[in-house]
Amino acid sequence: MTREEIRGEVLEILKDIAPDEDLSNLDDKASFREQMELDSMDFLDIVMELRKRHRVQVPEDDYVELASMESTVNYLEPLMKDIQKV
Amino acid sequence: MISQTPDSQRIVLTGVGLTSPNGNRLADYREALLQGRSGVQEYEIRYVGKTLAGVCDFDELKYQKRRAVRRGTRAGSIAVYCANESIIDSGLDWANVDRERVGIYIGLTEHGNVETENEIFEISGYDYDTSVWTHHHNPRTVANNPAGEVTLNMGITGPHYTIGAACAAGNAGLIQGAQQLLLGECDVAIGGGVSESIHTFGIFAGFASQGALAAHEDPTRASRPFDRDRNGIVVSEGGCLFTLERFDDAKARGAKIYGELAGYAMNSDASDFVLPNPKQQARCMRMALERAKMGIADVGILSTHATATSSGDIQECIALREILDRDGPTLVNNTKSFIGHAMGAAGSLELAGNLPSLEDGVCHATINVENLDPECDLPGLTLHEPRETKGIDTILNNSFGMLGINSVVVIKKV
Repeated sequence: MTREEIRGEVLEILKDIAPDEDLSNLDDKASFREQMELDSMDFLDIVMELRKRHRVQVPEDDYVELASMESTVNYLEPLMKDIQKV
Repeated sequence: MISQTPDSQRIVLTGVGLTSPNGNRLADYREALLQGRSGVQEYEIRYVGKTLAGVCDFDELKYQKRRAVRRGTRAGSIAVYCANESIIDSGLDWANVDRERVGIYIGLTEHGNVETENEIFEISGYDYDTSVWTHHHNPRTVANNPAGEVTLNMGITGPHYTIGAACAAGNAGLIQGAQQLLLGECDVAIGGGVSESIHTFGIFAGFASQGALAAHEDPTRASRPFDRDRNGIVVSEGGCLFTLERFDDAKARGAKIYGELAGYAMNSDASDFVLPNPKQQARCMRMALERAKMGIADVGILSTHATATSSGDIQECIALREILDRDGPTLVNNTKSFIGHAMGAAGSLELAGNLPSLEDGVCHATINVENLDPECDLPGLTLHEPRETKGIDTILNNSFGMLGINSVVVIKKV
């Protein structure tokens, strides 16, 4: 997947776990938590959905990498580069 | 005499919040019961396939955000809806109520089956890899879940828990709320029952294996307690939570009062896992009446538990014959004939549907009895059409469950 495709996948996950949020103006550089109501269970949802949808394993020590859209895509890019977008 | 009981030791019902397969407000639900409108429909659930159920159509998003609905359970959403509706209906100045003095007591038949089944089904798509088992599983399936969701939604910091009481749970939640008020553990109690059971295939499959799952070509005629041709239970979802207060508090704020909990009782059969014991059911009714300092002649409406299983209906009728006077004034009805068996919510929903009788004097009917089973030919049985009376002062509400759990509440007009 390209960076843009990975961003799209993460956005889809966010839409599912934060269905009340308007994500159309998401600032990729700002942290998710600054922009929407997300708690630790929601972050676990992001990890879980990456595992379920793309078989990507995010170890607990790396959860900090999922702070913003930009840092998440940076982190996922090497892990998802060989995955084909369905 | 009950009149000598201090007002601080009298418990009254000041709010009703409900969702039933045939109504999402007491007024609509009552109208459906008076008009003979069933809430049973065709329904399909995994593995079992096509069956029948009572399904509620309340707006989950009226009091919850989508995120809370997604994270929580159906029982939680039902409880949140009913609790909010009940508090609004009570007229309490909620913004100024001390939330630490509010207690939530919700009766359940079961909890966790729905969420566990869903998750097992989900991981079946991942070759049963438990590493994709949701982290939401435990907070969804802890037994206090529906009551806890109410506290989160309404900012209530007083006690909350659920009461596991099989199909006696709706009465049990009400009784628990009253007891906690009497103990001074809270000043406002939200008590009753909820059920999400139509979302677990296991309950349908279990009743089917027991030969106790209703089937009928016309869903609205499927739930037929006391009918000779009944063939089992229609499972329903729903909820009904009452706002309960001590009478002195309710009076001081000029609250509308639906009725007073004049007496109650719970006991056990200690005789069988599923077959009810009429002696113990009758004993439970007598205990409730004794506590209310009443006789059966004081009871205007006796709301039966009967679920439309042959053994259950007949056993309850044996108990009722011990209690009822052949020529007494008591009218007998059954709400499951309209809405099916709402499990943990059944007791409270069935009471709620009869509560307006204390004001309008009308006893709603029992529908779907085309050929009355002679063994269920009870004195006062109100069939087909509602019956108008000169006035109803007292309702006795039966609610019984598996493992031989019995509950009876007696509500009187204030």
